[in-house]
Amino acid sequence: MSDVQERVKKIVVEHLDVEEDKVKPEASFIDDLGADSLDNVELVMAFEEEFDIEIPDDAAEHIQTVGDAVKYIEEKK
Amino acid sequence: MKRRVAVTGLGLVTPLATGVEETWSRLLEGRSGANKIENFEASDLACQIAAQVPRVDGRGGGAADMAGVFDPEQTLSSKEQRRVDEFILYAIAAADQAVKDANWTPEDEESRLRTGVLIGSGIGGLQTINDAALELEKSGPRRIGPFVIPSLLINLASGQVSIRYGFKGPNHAVVTACSTGAHAIGDASRFIQRGDADVMITGGAEAAICRLGIASFVGCRALSTHFNDRPTEASRPYDKDRDGFVMGEGAGILVLEEMEHAKARGAKIYAEVVGYGLSGDAHHITAPAEDGDGGYRSMKAALEDAGLAPGDIDYINAHGTSTPLGDEIELRAVERLFGEAASADLVMSSTKSSIGHLLGAAGAVEGAFCALAIRDGVCPPTINLDNPSVESRINLAPNKKVEKPVKAALSNSFGFGGTNASVVLVAPS
Repeated sequence: MSDVQERVKKIVVEHLDVEEDKVKPEASFIDDLGADSLDNVELVMAFEEEFDIEIPDDAAEHIQTVGDAVKYIEEKK
Repeated sequence: MKRRVAVTGLGLVTPLATGVEETWSRLLEGRSGANKIENFEASDLACQIAAQVPRVDGRGGGAADMAGVFDPEQTLSSKEQRRVDEFILYAIAAADQAVKDANWTPEDEESRLRTGVLIGSGIGGLQTINDAALELEKSGPRRIGPFVIPSLLINLASGQVSIRYGFKGPNHAVVTACSTGAHAIGDASRFIQRGDADVMITGGAEAAICRLGIASFVGCRALSTHFNDRPTEASRPYDKDRDGFVMGEGAGILVLEEMEHAKARGAKIYAEVVGYGLSGDAHHITAPAEDGDGGYRSMKAALEDAGLAPGDIDYINAHGTSTPLGDEIELRAVERLFGEAASADLVMSSTKSSIGHLLGAAGAVEGAFCALAIRDGVCPPTINLDNPSVESRINLAPNKKVEKPVKAALSNSFGFGGTNASVVLVAPS
């Protein structure tokens, strides 16, 4: 597992209060991990802080799964 | 036929304890919930004491093995806690107790549609506002998250409780400073009387003990500042050495229920809410009118609403905050209204002597105390009342509870802005 994957996973577990093994690449924040639209906003903010990047709102809208987040961050870094 | 209002459930989170019976027994023992502030920097504040809710993490003199200690995890997960200011956490915790006590967690849609929530707060999410302002200054607007607003809004206490239990009736909130809790009980009673709902989860919550909260109340010269080394002696209503109030925190929630609805399901009935009076001082933003006219009129209106004479009242839970000005003004207003009935048989105590001033939660917690006084036939004491600053024929219950049948109790709450509320409860019949 890549460094980005590890760090994304840790943030998701912490913010959504979910079991670590549920945080798979294909897991959807809303459908599988119990997030609502406000949780998604908070998650994106946490990614921004952790990776010191800026994620514009239109890009954030397309980050629906754990894998989407990892992919976006890896491309951006 | 007039719809009557029963009190069928109580929930308390107070500086004495979390839980109704734990709080009540410690109150009757004459204990104080005040402590030195230790969870934030207070050494440069003129007031360094407060009545904090004892918590498992040690705050407010709490300990993990203490009976009635507040454990946030029992109410919300750590994820959920991050989405609410502490005043909402306290409101939910007290509401959990109250609906359980009332045994009112209906699953059917009709019952849920007929159950409303009306919980107020005087100040709301002050700590959240404070933290968000600092974050904005430090890191800029992109670091302000999605939960700041839903965490600090006062009506989100009612919102959160309604979501938790599926209560879909009237969803409302009161904001009248230190009269909030009493107004909540009164307004929720009116909703039931008028038929807007059959059951109302009502009360008040407050959590403003933070640097900004203490500094701001010190700023308007409302807090005690001469008892930093003796916190349990600082709240001393009617005593000649009183010098301001001690800030408290917590929540009081009552389940109010239409009388026939309560009887039909065999609910336990603590008391009946029979009178509600409101008034405005139109005088000053923080000081009460010196003739006590506002309090006089709210008490008079509540008695008239109840159809009772002053002589029918056995116990008054005073507003009595331990400020130099307010206590005597209220006492004189009671004496003026009660006339001959202001005798040694009338007990009037300030429970703020024990729990401090819970601001927007005060009237709700004190309303619950009145219901318990009626249930148990005992009036809680005014602790630290060693040398009264004035003579009165009324029994102020100095330092000792007074055991006597309480058929009718009056609770007063007066707030900044000159807002006054009085509520009358009687024994169930």
